[in-house]
This record gives sequence, C-alpha cells and structure tokens, in this order.
Amino acid sequence: MLTAGIDIGSITAKAAIVEDGKILGTKVIFTGYNAEAAGKSVYEDVLRENALYKSAIKKIVSTGYGRNSVKFADKTFTEIMCHAAGAYHLDKKVRSIIDIGGQDSKAIILDGDGKVKNFVMNDKCAAGTGRFLEVMARALEVDLDEFGAISLKSKKPSKISSLCTVFAESEVISLIAKGEKRQDIIAGIHESIAARVASMSARLGLSEPVMITGGVARNSGVVKALEKKLSMKIEVSPYAQVNGAIGAAFLAASL
Amino acid sequence: MKKAISEFFKMVLILLAGKFKKFTMRFKKTKTMKDYMMVYYSQAKSARLTGKKVAWITSGGPVEPLIAMDVIPVYPENHGAMIGASKMGGHLCELAENMGYSADLCSYARSDISCATINGGPIGGLPRPDMLVCCNNICGTVLKWYEIQARYFNVPLFILDTPFCHTEYTEEMGRYVRAQFDEYIVFLEKACGRKFDFDKLKEVGHLSHQGQLLWQAVLDTATHKPSPMSAFDAFYHLALIVTLRGTQDVLDYYTWLAGYMKDRIARGIGAVPNEKYRLLWDNIPIWHRTRWLSEKFASHNACLVADTYTTAWCGALKYIDENNFIDSAAEAHARIYLNIGVDQMAKMVIEMIDKYDVDGFVLHSNRSCKPYSFGQLDIQKIVERERGIPCLMLEADMTDERSFSESQISTRIDAYMEIIKERKNKK
Repeated sequence: MLTAGIDIGSITAKAAIVEDGKILGTKVIFTGYNAEAAGKSVYEDVLRENALYKSAIKKIVSTGYGRNSVKFADKTFTEIMCHAAGAYHLDKKVRSIIDIGGQDSKAIILDGDGKVKNFVMNDKCAAGTGRFLEVMARALEVDLDEFGAISLKSKKPSKISSLCTVFAESEVISLIAKGEKRQDIIAGIHESIAARVASMSARLGLSEPVMITGGVARNSGVVKALEKKLSMKIEVSPYAQVNGAIGAAFLAASL
Repeated sequence: MKKAISEFFKMVLILLAGKFKKFTMRFKKTKTMKDYMMVYYSQAKSARLTGKKVAWITSGGPVEPLIAMDVIPVYPENHGAMIGASKMGGHLCELAENMGYSADLCSYARSDISCATINGGPIGGLPRPDMLVCCNNICGTVLKWYEIQARYFNVPLFILDTPFCHTEYTEEMGRYVRAQFDEYIVFLEKACGRKFDFDKLKEVGHLSHQGQLLWQAVLDTATHKPSPMSAFDAFYHLALIVTLRGTQDVLDYYTWLAGYMKDRIARGIGAVPNEKYRLLWDNIPIWHRTRWLSEKFASHNACLVADTYTTAWCGALKYIDENNFIDSAAEAHARIYLNIGVDQMAKMVIEMIDKYDVDGFVLHSNRSCKPYSFGQLDIQKIVERERGIPCLMLEADMTDERSFSESQISTRIDAYMEIIKERKNKK
C-alpha cells in the first residue's frame, strides 16, 4: 500500500512516499508565506518525481507546525509522534531522538515498541534551533551547508556566552572584529547550540542509542559538539530532514 | 466624592455589560455568582460613601479578623485574575514596565501597581485602601509589592511573616506566628479606632471553616466519572471562597453549588461531554486562555478534573480548629501549599492523583509565580516515578498574555494527548 507523509515546518515543507515499509521518494521545498500552498506543491512534486497519480496514494498524514493547513490529509499527528515513527522505522533499537528543526528543538524518549514515553521542547526562544544557525551564517557570510566542514577544522572554539540569538549575533560580530578565525567562531556557535540542546535533553534523561533528526542533523559540527557535550555516540538519520515526513507516511499506513 | 460616585456607576455598567462572561461557565443560574461579585465590588467601591473601611489583603492572608471588624477586604490578586481574564494584563504590565518595573516581576504585581495609577482594568481600578495586610505565606514578592502600594496610598501596612516549612512546623514557628496575630489585632484596633470584637471573630472563624468545608465538598464531586465539573469551572467558582471567606454568602452559594453538582452526577452529565481522559492541573490558571485551553482539552475528550490551585482554599482545613480560630490560624496560614517543601507538595499532588484517578498531570510553569513554579520539575519527576503517568509542562503566564505562544502550546498538548491516548488504549 502506498501512503504519504507531509511535514510543514517553519522553514521547509517536506513530503515522503512509502510503500510496504520501503521509502519510495522524498522532497523538500521552502515553506514560504503560504503553508497550505506549500503542502500542496511539495505533495505534487513528490508524486511527479516518482511518477505516481494521486489516486495511487491510499492514506495521507500531515505533521509539523502547518499540519492543520494540509486540508487533504486523512489525519494529523504532531511532529513528536512522526519523528518517533520515522526514527524507529530506520532503527528499532533507537531509544532517544534529538530533533533540531527550523524553529524548535526537541528530545523524545521511546519505549521498546517505538512508542513515545516522554518529550521536551524548547521554550519560546530561537537559540538552539536551525534559525539560530541561519542568522549566524548570514553574519559570517558563509553558506550554511559549509558550516559543519569548516567548524571541524577548529582547534580552539570561540566562547559564545549569550543565550539569545540576537545578542549572540552581536557577540559573533564583535568576535569577527577582534579577528578570531572563522572556523573557531563557527565551532563556538555549534558548542553553544549543543549546550542548549544538551541541558534541555538532560531534563528527560537520554538513554542510548540516540538518533539525531531534523534539518540541523546534516551539520556534522553540531553533531560532534553534541556528542562531546552529552558524552554519547549519536547516530545521524540518513533522512534527517525528511524524517518527520517519513514517520508521517508510516503512521498513515497504520490508519 | 463625585469621582467615587461616577466610578461606582461606571463599574456597575461594566459588570452589567457582561464582562464577567469571560469566565467560562456552562451551568445554569450564573446570575447568582455574578450577583454576589457585583454586590461585593459595589460595596467595596462605595465604602467611602457608607463610611466603611477597605483593606487590601493577599490571597493567603488572614481575612477573618478584618471581617470581624467590619472592614471590607479587597484582593489585588483576585483583581489580577479579572484583569487577566479580560485580556488587559499585557497592556497594564507594559505600563508598569514603562514605570521602570522589570518584566520579570510577577504580572499580578505589575498590573496592580500600574492599574492603581490610572484606575484602569475591567472595573476601573480597586477602591482606595485604608490599610494593607500582607502575608508572605504565598510568596516573597508581596512584601515589596505591598510596601510600594503603602507608600503610594500613604496608608498603614501590616506584615504577617510565616516562616517557610521546609520539612516540619515547629513549636517555635507556632509561637512566632501566633504572636503576630496579637500584633495584627492591635494594628486593626488602631486602624479602625475601636476595640477588637473577639465574639464576632469566633462567629466569622466558624463561617470561614464551614465555607472551606463546603468548597471541599464542591471540589470532591469531581471524583465522580464523568466529572460534573472541570478545573475551569473551579477557577470560576473559586472567586467567592477567596473574596467572601468568613461570610454567610459563601455558605449559601456553595451549598447550592454542591447540590447542583450532585444533581449533575445523578443525571450523568459531565463537564466534558465525552470524558475519556482525566487530568490534574498544577499552578495558577492562564487566566487569559481558560476558554481556549478548556476547549483544546475537551477536543481530545480530556477533562481537567482537579487542580492544586483551587484546592489551596481548603488545603489547610486539617489545621483549623473552628472553636479556637485564632490559635489554630497560625498553623493553618503557615502550612499552606506554597509554604511547604517540595517533598510535601509532591505528596499532596500524589494524593490528588489517586483521589481523582487521573491519567495525566499538566503543569503550568508560570513565569510570574516563582514559588509555585520552582520545584515543579522535581514534583514532575516524583510523580513520574511514583505513579508512572505522563506529565506535561506548559510555559506561560497567568496574566501577561504576551508570554503565551499558541502554536507551541497547541503542539505540546496535541503530542501529550497522543501519548495519553496510546497509554490508555494499551491498558
């Protein structure tokens, strides 16, 4: 049976098609201003790229902040459930998930059956999220995709002490003015995110194996900083950014 | 004088205009509650015309001696709740911030301080006080808050200091607090210019005790499945035990209300039409969002059947000796929920979890109320360990609507209810 999952995030909209436990295809586009239109177009894109008709899809689940604007979905689930379902499908041993998305970060604890035992999300603050990295990339004039590789060159990460995205940006600008190396500043930014996410996760008490999902998981610098901070090995989901959409598609199969 | 009269009529008009509808209410006979509150605030606002004295008092303070002396007690915290429910908190807090107060200060304090300077809010401000009575059993903020208001209105302030009961209530604590009740009586005699009426206090103490027993009886009806009332109803009906404790009105109203709830039980009517999940609420309500939250939980067939907040107005009953009000009042005021250690708070929460047989525990981490919100994470962990039920922490503020993020709270509640449903269906 073919099912689809659509995850409308604050920055990107993701879609995934699965068939009998296998991932057929995924697609990512920018959400932009209109979440409803983004949901429609990402769904149409993923169908077209996989040469499928709408009628072939039996069930659709939507998730993410814009989950209620996907009018053609059969059911909505929160991204907590979907990330859990996506990660559990990839690796049945996973017990904890760290998801860092565009405007929030969360930690999820799973039981042995892949059901959510507990979760925690960041408070009304962008520090420790993808948006924080975007702001910093702009200040440093570096393409965000290069952040991970650049930061791994650092031997002496800078200290970013501010807990607020806006103040941290001023701090970064003053570090640039002081002539600190770009790689050190970027590594410092990653450590700052890791500290934030680690202390939030500590509230729950993570148990291994831990998997990281969400767009920020693609940044190897953040993953490395988090591993150091948590003293745990972290498995990066090969479908990091589309993990929520994949989970939604799997949940749709069980409707 | 002219100003007082025009203010009075303005308030009556506002009340008639149905500002009180903001409190969610599904039960019939809502007039009664509105009537009581309208008469209460009208009398307080016209005290200057009738020659009565007005005292502002903290919610956990001993109000009975005031009533015995025919002083009208007014509660800035109850006013704060009204400001919150009228969605006027954000604006008043902003005004206080313009005056130089920190945004981290309690939103009741901020809105009360700024409201006093402009006679704003849903009832055109509280009546001017003749004296202030502050008991620090609920928090430390009230000390500075009441000092500020005492200076602003240039009126005497009485502070009743209740030591924090970390693990126990000692004899020394008892003597220390009891001695202050004598000072309180001397303060009232001076402020009112006449001898204290101990006979009247006996009568008021008895009424206060009866009122608390009846309030407990009302809340107890929620043990029934489906619950005839939700915590949101309790938030509404609470107003009388807060403002009119120690009067016959409280007895009349809660006798009716307890009977009304029992009738709903007999007819099988639940507060949430299809109650499947029962939850316990912790902390002061998010006053500006009670309706939204009530509907949000109801959409998941979940009823918040009880809460630690409204229970506080009958939580110290076991320490009260109705025949010896003044001696037992010291202990009853020192050992309230917000003035005890986290272990004891967790014990009370667990007792409520068992009593109301709930499936989950929802904690409002209230940016304003530090004593209520510190320790919540420990209480949550104790509950998870002892009872294994899912807990949810929501970050918001009781009165300042600027601290509420709808989509974030919405996602948290939806995800939490997904867990609750999965757990319950597994059983």
